[in-house]
Amino acid sequence: MTLEWVHPGLVLILGAWVLPFLKGRAKRLVMVLLPASALVLCLRLEPGTYGVVHFVGQELVFGRVDRLSLVFSYVFALLTLLGMIYALHVDDDAQHVVALTYGGAALGATFAGDFLSLFVFSEVMTVTAVLLVWLRRTSASVAAGFRYLLLHVFGGLCLLGGMVLYWSQTGSLTFGNMSPYTGSAAFNLILLAFLLNAAVPPLGAWLPDAYPEATATGAVFLTAFTTKSAVYALIRGYGGTEILVWWGAAMAVYGVVYAVLENDARRLLAYHIISQVGYMVCGVGLGTELALNGAAAHAFSHILYKALLFMGAGAVLQMSGLRKLSDMGGLYKTMPFTLALYMVGAFAISAVPLFSGFVSKSMVISAAGESYRGAIFLVLTLASSGTFLHTGLKLPYYMFFGEDRGLRAQEPPANMLVAMGLAAAACVLIGVFPTLLYSHLPYPVDFVPYTARHVVDTLGLLGFTALGFFLLLKQLDPEPIVSLDTDWFYRRGLSASLPLVNRGLARLESFVGQIYDVVMQRYVLRAATRLRELDASVIDATAVGVGGLTQTLSRGLRTTVTGNAQYYGLMMAAGVLAAIAFAVFGR
Amino acid sequence: MTFLEKHLEDPVRLRRMKRWFYSGLAALALSEAVVPRLFHAEPADFCFEDFPAWESIYGLVSCVVIIEVSKLLGKLWLMRPENYYDS
Repeated sequence: MTLEWVHPGLVLILGAWVLPFLKGRAKRLVMVLLPASALVLCLRLEPGTYGVVHFVGQELVFGRVDRLSLVFSYVFALLTLLGMIYALHVDDDAQHVVALTYGGAALGATFAGDFLSLFVFSEVMTVTAVLLVWLRRTSASVAAGFRYLLLHVFGGLCLLGGMVLYWSQTGSLTFGNMSPYTGSAAFNLILLAFLLNAAVPPLGAWLPDAYPEATATGAVFLTAFTTKSAVYALIRGYGGTEILVWWGAAMAVYGVVYAVLENDARRLLAYHIISQVGYMVCGVGLGTELALNGAAAHAFSHILYKALLFMGAGAVLQMSGLRKLSDMGGLYKTMPFTLALYMVGAFAISAVPLFSGFVSKSMVISAAGESYRGAIFLVLTLASSGTFLHTGLKLPYYMFFGEDRGLRAQEPPANMLVAMGLAAAACVLIGVFPTLLYSHLPYPVDFVPYTARHVVDTLGLLGFTALGFFLLLKQLDPEPIVSLDTDWFYRRGLSASLPLVNRGLARLESFVGQIYDVVMQRYVLRAATRLRELDASVIDATAVGVGGLTQTLSRGLRTTVTGNAQYYGLMMAAGVLAAIAFAVFGR
Repeated sequence: MTFLEKHLEDPVRLRRMKRWFYSGLAALALSEAVVPRLFHAEPADFCFEDFPAWESIYGLVSCVVIIEVSKLLGKLWLMRPENYYDS
């Protein structure tokens, strides 16, 4: 590792351990400086290959720097910075260390040029993400964290298995375009691992299960890294995989359907992560330059606006202690800044012109149009309407307006507002000056988002969605329910099958017990008896003999040695005198 | 935010806001039908997009379909009491 290559992720992972030794202002300064310096390092990186390490005959690349990894690294580092500012007031070193490590691992996975280092960083991300859930320190969060861990260990094993198969096929661990291996077990296993991390249904229920249980500040990091690292890996390896087009489009609608039913504010937003990642997965599947650019651009803007939305919901959670929409209402009177900043995020995710989602989401939808995929185009447009319906209308309506329930929660601490303000500024900046983002995309961009048709079409879509919302408002009243998702299978389905499993297990246990009895009684116990006899006859006799001999010897010695120190001293002095006498007179 | 409070809690102003909202929608639908012709916009990818005010109609239909279908799915299948997983 030369000076020209300092891994930005390593700065975060190692630097995080300084925090527990600092206090007060110095700690807060380092909390901001670490991600800021990681961001600067990312911005200064030139495309190339760095940090090549030879390990057990394999070449591990820790620094594959190209346009694709760079654009993701910018937004990961930026989000780490915003997240740390948002968490400045939190007095919990564990959360800060874990969050910084999580960000560092995301950067590590982004710059990884081979499967092994990608795997290692993915596992670090899994562990740190689980810790961010556990650190809320409630029984619900511990349970959700365990479920998250189990699912991701499964995903990690898929990646590991796929990686080993890939290595045995090719003799290399280099992670690149996987299309030459389409249909092979390695291709499918690795794809499965990435799809699980991207929360693609039916593998995605872990996301709305775990994220709402995380700490208010930790959830901000969670929204960004795991799913978007998976999107990055999909862009890198699986561009043009047809099944992803349909899967992504279905995913975009799936999240929207669940969001209608959802009552927990952060779980509603979590379902919209799934919906938005659907656009990216679909873009990867389409595989054209415009579509892949769109997937990368949408990941970039999504990270920023989704973090902003989670910051808004987290601020409400922290200040009011409430998480359910059915308990909220009327908060606009006391939290106007939070409302305004939340709305910037809501407009951005809804792709309102002049906000970031408009310039990124439209790339994917236009790519579907250019490929003449009418059904996909219509499904993605429908999901856009659903996004505005929930994130832009339903959630703010019930959280900040709606029935005034007499809540008088105040604005959150200044650092939270500053972080939200910076994220909001980024959303607007990208929306107003899309070239800021377009110039960093993997392929040259020849796409103009602000055409007269596109602007009025979008406004028409959103305006009439709002009309539909107000017409059907009564139906949308949040209800205190949970909705079944695929997590049912391991939360209830498995427990329902437990008696069955138990019966099988009991049978297995008695079988194993019988084998145990036979082996133990016939062979092991008999062998033990023989050994005991050997021990009693030979070893004990030897020990007794040696002991007796030692005793006899020591008795003899005791009669010859008196043990009085003064006699020994006298004899030594006599000896020394004799030696001196011999030296002086003996010549 | 006294501005919002003033407008939302005063029925007269609220009614006025609603009127603005509806006329805004009408203007949007109209401009959607007219603007592409006025500005010689790029041709649409699909023929259905050339239907006057297509996106406005599609937006309204989408919104209604999403709400109704999701609620139906919820009622018939997905919705469970809040303590479902705790019991």
